Amino acid sequence: MSGPQRELPRWVDIGLIPLINLLAALVITGLVFLAIGESPLESLGIMLNGAFGYGTGLGYTLFYTTNFIFTGLAFAVALHAGLFNIGAEGQAYLGGLGVALVCLGLGALPMVIIIPLAIAGAALFGAGWAFIPAYLQARRGSHVVITTIMFNFIASALMIYLLVNVLSPPGSMNPETRTFDPNAHLPLIHDVMAGLGITIARSPLNLAFLWALICAVAVWLLMWHTTLGYQLRVLGANPAAAAYAGMKPQRLIIIAMLISGALSGFLALNEIMGAQNRLLLEFTSGYGFVGIAVALMGRSHPFGIVLAAILFGALYQGGADLSFEKPTITRDMIVVIQGLVILFAGALEHMFRPHIARFFQGSRLKAKEARA
Amino acid sequence: MAAPPAIALAHIDKRFGAVHANKDISLEIEKGTIHGIVGENGAGKSTLMSILFGFYQADSGEISVDGKPTPIVRPTDAIKAGIGMVHQHFMLVGKFTVLENVVLGAEGGFILNQGLGKARRELERLEKDYGLQVDPSAQIDDLPVGLQQRVEILKALYRGAEVLILDEPTGVLTPSEAEHLFRILKQLKAQGKTIVLITHKLKEIMAVTDRVSVMRRGEMVATLETQATSPEELAELMVGRRVLLRVVKSERIPERTVLEVRNLVVTDSAGTVKVDDVSFIVRAGEIVGIAGVAGNGQSELLEAITGIRPRASGEILLNGKLLPCDAAEARAQKLAHVPEDRHRLGIVTSFDACENVILGYHGDEVYQKGLFQDRRAILADTAKKMEDFDVRPQDPHLRLGLFSGGNQQKIVLAREIEQDPDLLIVGQPTRGVDIGAIEFIHKRLIAMRDRGKAVLLVSVELDEIRGLADRVLVMCGGRITGECAPETPEKQIGLMMAGAAA
Repeated sequence: MSGPQRELPRWVDIGLIPLINLLAALVITGLVFLAIGESPLESLGIMLNGAFGYGTGLGYTLFYTTNFIFTGLAFAVALHAGLFNIGAEGQAYLGGLGVALVCLGLGALPMVIIIPLAIAGAALFGAGWAFIPAYLQARRGSHVVITTIMFNFIASALMIYLLVNVLSPPGSMNPETRTFDPNAHLPLIHDVMAGLGITIARSPLNLAFLWALICAVAVWLLMWHTTLGYQLRVLGANPAAAAYAGMKPQRLIIIAMLISGALSGFLALNEIMGAQNRLLLEFTSGYGFVGIAVALMGRSHPFGIVLAAILFGALYQGGADLSFEKPTITRDMIVVIQGLVILFAGALEHMFRPHIARFFQGSRLKAKEARA
Repeated sequence: MAAPPAIALAHIDKRFGAVHANKDISLEIEKGTIHGIVGENGAGKSTLMSILFGFYQADSGEISVDGKPTPIVRPTDAIKAGIGMVHQHFMLVGKFTVLENVVLGAEGGFILNQGLGKARRELERLEKDYGLQVDPSAQIDDLPVGLQQRVEILKALYRGAEVLILDEPTGVLTPSEAEHLFRILKQLKAQGKTIVLITHKLKEIMAVTDRVSVMRRGEMVATLETQATSPEELAELMVGRRVLLRVVKSERIPERTVLEVRNLVVTDSAGTVKVDDVSFIVRAGEIVGIAGVAGNGQSELLEAITGIRPRASGEILLNGKLLPCDAAEARAQKLAHVPEDRHRLGIVTSFDACENVILGYHGDEVYQKGLFQDRRAILADTAKKMEDFDVRPQDPHLRLGLFSGGNQQKIVLAREIEQDPDLLIVGQPTRGVDIGAIEFIHKRLIAMRDRGKAVLLVSVELDEIRGLADRVLVMCGGRITGECAPETPEKQIGLMMAGAAA
C-alpha cells in the first residue's frame, strides 16, 4: 500500500535538518553552561571567536578540519558499500608508520619526490591495515565492525612496541622517532603564503588540507561518476541486487575497505608529516572515531563531510580556547559539547525529521489546494 | 426491520502526506455474508482494512459494528469488537505448536497451563463446529501452508471474531487448498460469521462472494451483487477502462534449442535439496511456463540458471555452450533475467530510475566515457526506455521507490528486454502489478516469443501460465512432476502441483 511519502526538498534534507539538529545540541549545551553558572551566549562568543575570529585560530580550525575530512571520507566510502569501518583510528595509526618510514628513510630526497612517496606510504599502510578485516569479511564473513575495532587495539600495541623498541633513536627514553629532515616536512600554509608574499598568521595548517579537499572531490567522482563507485553503492544499498547484477561482492568489499583505509592513512600526512614532523604515540587521538560522526552528519556526501568537518574543527579549536578562558569549563566539558553534537546530528538524526516532513507536506498540500 | 450491518464504514477518509489513500469511503457489510473487496494495487483496499482493524486511524469517518458506533484505535479494540484478521503473511511463531500460537496474546493469566487447557477445549469445539481440523500439538514449521492459514483463522475465531478479514488468502495456496479454504469460508458463513475477502483474483470473487465492492484510486466506485456482475465488468470498474483479460497470441512453431538444463540439483546453505534432478529445454520462439505453488523450488531453479545461486550438480547449456554459474557471464551470453522478487533482487529502490536502468549492464561500453560513467548516455537511454515501455512518471531522476509496482516492473522489463537477449527468464512478471500494466507486460512477453526468442516463465498465477505459455512444466517439491499443454484443465494441473504423478 502506498505509505507516507517521505520526499523532502534537497535543501531541507541536507541543509535545514542538520542545522536544526545542531541548534538543538547548542541549546542543550547552553543549559549545561547555565547549570554550572556560565553565560551560554558569552561562551558561544568565545568559541566562535576562538575558531574563526583570528588567523591562528582559523588556522588551527582548518588543521583539525583536515583530519576530520580524511576520517569522514574514509568512513563514508565504506558505508556506501554497506560496511561499518570503525577502524579508521588504527588505519590512520599505521598510515603514520608508512609516512614515517618514507620520511625517515628517504628524507634526503627532494621534497617533490618525498611528498608523493609519503602519500603512497600512508595509503599503502592504511589500506594494508584495513585489508585483513576486509579479507576476513569478504571470505569468512567475520563482521567488519568487530574486526576493525580489534585491529585498533592491535595497531595501538604494535605501534607502542615499534616506537619503544625499534623506531626511537638509541639512547632516547621517549617513545617517538627522531624529527624528520626538513625536506620531509609537509610545507605549512603560512610558509607557502610567505613565499608568495602574503603574510598570514602562524598555525600548523599545512598542504595536507589541500590534499584533503582533492580527496573529497576524488571521492565524489569515484562514488557518483564511475562504474566502480556505482557498484559499491549498489552493494551497500542492496547486496542481493549486486549479486543479481553479476557484481563480485567479495572483491568490492575488499576494494571499499582498501580505499577507506587509504583515506584514513592520509590523516598521518597532516598530523605526522605536517605538524609533528616525527612519529609519536597516540597521534590519532580519536579523530578516527569522530570521523564516523562527521560522515553521518555530512550524509556520507563529500560536500556535507567537508562542512561537518569544518564544524568539528571549529568545535575542537573553539573549545580549546573556551576552556583556556573559562577555568570552570574544562576540557571534558568540550567533549560533552562534541558528544551532544554527535548525539543530535548522528544518533537522533531522525528525531525532528517527521515533524519537518509533515510541515512541508502540509504547506505543499495547501499550496496545491489554493491553486485548485 | 432488517438486522443492522455487521460492519458499517461511513465517510472514511485517510491521507498519507500527499497521498489520498481513502476518499470518503462508505461501505456496509451485511451480517452472514461473504463480501469481496477488489481493486488494483494502491487502490486503498489494504489501507481501508487496516483502518478497520486499528493499524491506522482514519482522519475522519466512523466505524459501526452491529449498528453501534465503535471507535477502533488499535487492533485490541478491533478484536474486542469481534473483528479478526488473517494477514497475507502469517503472523505465526514457527517454533511454537498450533495451540501455543492460538493463545499467543490471549494467554489468559500468569499460569500458562490453565490458559492452554482452556484453549485446547475451545479449539476442539471450533474444530467440530467449522470443520477446521488441525493437530493442536503440531509445530507450525512442520505444517503445510494451507494448514498454517487454518491456524490463523482459528486464532481469530478463538478471540471471538464474528467478522473475519482475509487479505489475499490464496496467494500461497494450491488450487485444491484454495478450494478447501473456500469451503471453510462457506461453512463459517453458514454459521452466521461475516467474511471480508480482499483479493485481486476476480475468479475467486465470482466463486465465493455474495457481494463485491470495487475500489479505484482511494475511492469506492461500486458495490454490486456478485450474481449480477461479470469479471469483465469488475475489471473495467477497477481500471476505469476496458481491459482485455485474455491474452491473444498466434501460433508459432518453436525452433532450435536455446536453453538446456540437464540433471540440475540445487541445495540451500543448510544442504536441503531445493531443486532435485531437473532437466528440460526451452526453444527459440516458445514460452515455457513453470507452474507450481510458491516455495517448491522455482526460485532456486531460476537463480541457479542465472548464476546467482551455486549449483550442486548438473549442467546448463545456452545456445549449445556450457553456461558457468556467473551472473555477469550469463548476461554476456545473452541471458536476461527479470527476477521474481524485484525488490530483493531486481532493483535498488533508493537509487534513481536511471541508475536502475543500467543495473547488471553497468559495465557496458555505451555507458562509459573514459574513466567515468557517461551520464548523458545513461539519461538518454533511460528516457528512451521509459518512453517505449510507457513508464509513468517519465522522470529518469525520480527515486525508484516512488514509482508504483507496475512502473517499477516496466523499468525492469525494459532493461532486460531491450538488451535483445536470446533467452529471457521471467519470474512472477505481474506480481504487485496493476491490471492495466499486466496487459502491457503480457503483450511484451508474447512479442519476445514472436521475435524468435526463448522465454522461461515462472509464475504462481496459474491463469497467467496457461494464458502465456506454449508448454507448461509443473514443479512440486523441487522436481518436475509433469509437462502438459496449457489447455490442460486446471484441476489436472492442480493435481500435479500437489505432487501427484501426471
